[in-house]
Amino acid sequence: MSARDAILARLRAAAPRTVPTDAQALSQAIDHHYDGRRAAPDADPLAAAQTMLAALTALHAEAWCADAASWPAQLAQRLAAAGVRRLLLDPVRPEAAALIEALPPAIEAVAFAQPIEAWKRELFDTIDAGFTVARSGIAATGTLVIAPDASTPRTVSLVPPLHVAVVHAHTLHADLHEAARAEQWPAGMPSNLVLVSGPSKTSDIQQTTAYGAHGPRRLWVVIVTDAQGTTS
Amino acid sequence: MSAQPIHFVAPGDFKQRARVALDDPKLRASFRGAMDFLQGKRASQFPDGEELERLRDLGEAVRQHALARLPELLEQLEAKLTAAGVHVHWAATADEANEVVLGIARAASAQRIIKGKSMASEEIELNHYLAEHNIACIESDMGEYIVQLAGEKPSHIVMPAIHKTRGDIAQLFEQRIPDTHYTEDVDELIQTGRRALRSAFVEADIGLSGVNFAAADTGTLWLVENEGNGRLSTTVPDTHIAIMGIEKVVAKLEHIVPLSSLLTRSATGQAITTYFNLISGPRRAGERDGPRNVHLVLLDNGRTQAYADEQLRATLQCIRCGACMNHCPVYTRIGGHAYGTTYPGPIGKIISPHLLGLDATADLPSASTLCGACGEVCPVRIPIPQLLIRLRTEANRSPDERVAHPLRGQGANYRVTQDLAWRFWSGAFAHPRAYRAFRWLATRMRALTPARQMGWTANRTPLKPAERSLADLLRERGQAE
Repeated sequence: MSARDAILARLRAAAPRTVPTDAQALSQAIDHHYDGRRAAPDADPLAAAQTMLAALTALHAEAWCADAASWPAQLAQRLAAAGVRRLLLDPVRPEAAALIEALPPAIEAVAFAQPIEAWKRELFDTIDAGFTVARSGIAATGTLVIAPDASTPRTVSLVPPLHVAVVHAHTLHADLHEAARAEQWPAGMPSNLVLVSGPSKTSDIQQTTAYGAHGPRRLWVVIVTDAQGTTS
Repeated sequence: MSAQPIHFVAPGDFKQRARVALDDPKLRASFRGAMDFLQGKRASQFPDGEELERLRDLGEAVRQHALARLPELLEQLEAKLTAAGVHVHWAATADEANEVVLGIARAASAQRIIKGKSMASEEIELNHYLAEHNIACIESDMGEYIVQLAGEKPSHIVMPAIHKTRGDIAQLFEQRIPDTHYTEDVDELIQTGRRALRSAFVEADIGLSGVNFAAADTGTLWLVENEGNGRLSTTVPDTHIAIMGIEKVVAKLEHIVPLSSLLTRSATGQAITTYFNLISGPRRAGERDGPRNVHLVLLDNGRTQAYADEQLRATLQCIRCGACMNHCPVYTRIGGHAYGTTYPGPIGKIISPHLLGLDATADLPSASTLCGACGEVCPVRIPIPQLLIRLRTEANRSPDERVAHPLRGQGANYRVTQDLAWRFWSGAFAHPRAYRAFRWLATRMRALTPARQMGWTANRTPLKPAERSLADLLRERGQAE
C-alpha cells in the first residue's frame, strides 16, 4: 500500500462519524466574533488612514499621508535624499508612471522586464529600492496586502533593501478578517499573496529586535488620502 | 560558512541532561530572562480577557472541526494543489519524507538547498540525511543559522537560539564566518548573518520551508515569519519544497484568520508578524519570478497514532506557538535541549511519544509539575495536563495488556514491583478490613521505615506513619466510627 493510502486508511478508521460543527457555521461564528469587535463600519478613509499610520509607525516603518497630487514629488525627493540610484517598478502602472515623472535624473527607473533567472544576481546586488502599489491595507495592524503579478513580481517587495509602497486610503480595511471577506479571498487566490507589516526583523539574538534581517531593511509607505485618487 | 557536524542526543537520557542543565547557572539565567520576556509580551497582546477566551473557543473549534474531517480535507487539499500545479507527496515515516526530498533534489540535479524555518524538517533530521547524500542544506532563519553554525539543534520551536547569549553568538560568528570581528552589537551581528546568507538565496537550487496552516478549500499554504528568509526561500530558487504535518490543514481559508492571530500573539506577542506569505501554486504563465516547481510533503511520522485515540487526538490541535513552553516551570529551568526531542516543553512531552514511541520518551510525561500553566495558556485549549496523565498511564501499563489503541512503547515504565505496590495500596484502601489491619500494623511498625526512600528522600524528609492514625484520634474525640 502506498504511504498515501496507508495514512488515509489509518485516519479513516479513526475519524468520527459525526463532525462537531459544520464548516459554514464555524465561518459564521468567526464573522460574528470579528463583526462584534469592530466599531461601526469606518466610512471615513481618513480615520482609517490615521489608524494605519500609527500602526505602521509602531512597526518601525516610515509612513506618511499625502494627497494624490503631491505624493510623487515628495517620494521622489526622499528617494534622492536616501541615495537611491536604481528603483525597481512597473512603468505601466499609473502610480509608477506618476513617480517616474517626478524622479530626478540621478534615479534610474528599472522595469522587471525579464524573468528572474536572467538577472538574479543583478537584482540582488544593484537594485536599491522596489516600488509596489498595495492592493489594499489593513489599518489595525498596519499591514499592506500585496498581490504580485507579472509586471510587479514577488521579489520587488522582498529583495531590494528598501521597499516603497503606495496604498490608497479608500482601500483600507479594518482588520484581516474584513480584508479577506471584502476581497473574497476564498473565491480564488493568486499564486502568491503577501501581507507585509513593517520591515524585515528578528529577535533571535537575546530577544533584541534588529531590523533588516533578510528582507528589506526599510519600509516606506505612502498612504494616499485623496479619496478620488488614482486607482489601479 | 562551515557548519559543525550535528551532535545527536538520545531522548532517553532526559534525567541526566536535566541534572546537567540545572547545574548551569548561565543557561538557567538565559531561559529565565527569555521566558519572563515572552510571558510579558504575550500578556500585553491580550489585554481583554474576554476576547482571548472567545478567540480560544474559535481556535479550538477550528482545529477540532478540521481534525474531525482530516482525511477528506487532506484529499481536498491535495486535489486543489494538484490542480494548481503543485506536486503532493505523502510520507508515513521520517525516512520516507527524507527520501521524497532527496528524490526531488536528484531529479532537479540540485546541490544546494536553502531552508526557511521548518520544525517538520528538524523532526525528520533532513539536514543530516541530505548531508550524507552530498547535498548541503543551509538554514536561513537567523536563529536556526546560529544553532546550525554551532552544530546544535534548536532549543525552542519559535526562537531556536534562545539559549545563547549575544556573547556566545559574537564568538561563534567571529570563529565561523570569514572576515568577521567580535562584536556584541545585535544590529551588527544580524547584518553579518544577512551578509553571510545573502548569496545563498541566489545560489540555491531548492528552497525548503515548513507550513503553518493549509486551507483545503483554496489550496493555500499559509506561512508566518518576520525575517523575510521564508519568503526568499520560497520565491527565489526554481524549486520550492514545503513539508507539513498532516494535521495542519483546516477546512476554509477564513478559518485561518483567528488561528493566525492566536499564533502570533501567543508566540512572540505580536499582533501580526512582518510577513504572512500565502502560497497557492507555482509561478503562473507570464509571471516573472516565483518557483516553477512546488512540492508539498505531507508527513505522518506518528501523528496517525495520536489521531487514533479520541483523547490523544487533541495533541494534534497544536499550532506550534510555543506558549506552553514559555510558561512551563520545568522548561524554564532546564531549557529545550534537556528534552532531547525536536519539540521540547509541554507540547513536546505529549507529541514526542507519538513520533518516537513511549520507550524512547518514557521520562517525558512525568517531567511535569502538572501545575496546569500549559493548558491555561494554550490558544487552542489542548488539555495538556490530562494528556500527560494519560501518557503516564500508558507508560506504566503492562506491555502485555491488550488495549484498543496500543501506543508504540506501551509499558516503557512498567515495573512488576511498582505494579504490585500499587495493587497492594489500592487493595488496602478499597477494603475497610484490610485498611484497618494495614493501619494497625503501620502505626506500630513505624520505627522500621527506612531513612532513605528512593527518589523521595533526595529532597525531602522520609515518610513515616504517624504514631496514631487519624481514625484513632477522631474516635477519641467521639467524632468517628
